[in-house]
Amino acid sequence: MSEEQQDPERADPERADREAGEGPERADRETGEGPEDEALAALGALGDPVRRGLYRFVAAAPAAVGRDAAAEAAGISRSLAAFHLDRLVEAGLLETVFRRLSGRSGPGAGRPAKLYRRAAREHTLSLPPRAYDTAGRLLAEAVERAGLDRELQAVARERGAEQASGDAVDTLRAHGYEPFHEAGDEDVVRLRNCPFHALAEEFPALVCGMNLALVEGLVAGRDDRAAGADRWSAEMSPGPGRCCVALRRF
Amino acid sequence: MTGFHLAQVNVGRIVAPIDGPELACFVAELPAINKLAEESPGFVWRMVDDDGADATTLRPDGADDLLLVNCSVWESVEVLRDYVYRSDHLRVLTRRREWFTRMTEAHQALWWVPAGHRPTVAEAVERVALLREHGSGPRAFTFRDPHPAPTA
Repeated sequence: MSEEQQDPERADPERADREAGEGPERADRETGEGPEDEALAALGALGDPVRRGLYRFVAAAPAAVGRDAAAEAAGISRSLAAFHLDRLVEAGLLETVFRRLSGRSGPGAGRPAKLYRRAAREHTLSLPPRAYDTAGRLLAEAVERAGLDRELQAVARERGAEQASGDAVDTLRAHGYEPFHEAGDEDVVRLRNCPFHALAEEFPALVCGMNLALVEGLVAGRDDRAAGADRWSAEMSPGPGRCCVALRRF
Repeated sequence: MTGFHLAQVNVGRIVAPIDGPELACFVAELPAINKLAEESPGFVWRMVDDDGADATTLRPDGADDLLLVNCSVWESVEVLRDYVYRSDHLRVLTRRREWFTRMTEAHQALWWVPAGHRPTVAEAVERVALLREHGSGPRAFTFRDPHPAPTA
């Protein structure tokens, strides 16, 4: 029996690989450059503080943003913002979409605006080289095979609670979840980023269950948390392009 | 529009009798999660027993009173994937080990049926057996290795 038969719940590893970028076999034989050089080139584009600010603004925005909004947020001219944004696209950190902002269509609606959003591709750089993602995949498959979902959830909840701070939203921001308030509902916070994205695509039941427990721990903390702080509960609320967990005020 | 729909079966061994306290939460989740399936884009049909609400009294193996079967038909692999992994069903799925034991063999299979076809328990179980015997192929495959619908 093949591994695939044993793990039908592994949803779509190829999709995760696609989104995570190409594997090491795509090293450029012409130039001798490998994925490490690609990652260095991409991350090097963030060395400029203005560009870094623009990247963070675009990455944190709930939807794709135009040049005007990005320029205003960064406090620079529209043309300078355009220059930096296009450099970030070249580096593979952002991608562009074209959309009419006004909502008009048909003749006279004008040209569609060039909008920017974070690229789906992941860039990883570790010096010296480390392969924690490979270790994560192996551990996930072993835990899946052994059926240890609940044990994993218990560890995640425990460790999450240890790292909780007084403010749940700040804690999640510090852990890379990129929380944002749902438009029109201040009692719901959604998480724009899934820190375990590729692994969650491959082992959704296992990894999303782990993630929910981790967020529950991060949000609830231990009993000695600051009195009077907002209280949130974590709930599963999957949707396209975001973490499957959401917070609700109670 | 293809003339074929995607059928899905999974079998699972519950940790205790279906009417016991261990499975109470699972049974309580069923009405809402089945309703969610029916209201999901691309849902076509789901197998129910004589009670008509769900499939919890069906036993694909008469000698195994803890083995449940679940079978449904959808318009495509993608719409099924969206329901299974990107809806509130995921919340229930993350609790699977509270209610179901880990099976070492394949316990889920996908295959294409002519639109309008309603699989039987025997047919569904045969697909799981096909997957166990031959691995993923056009007649029985997995989410990891989806096969396209027949063209004719």
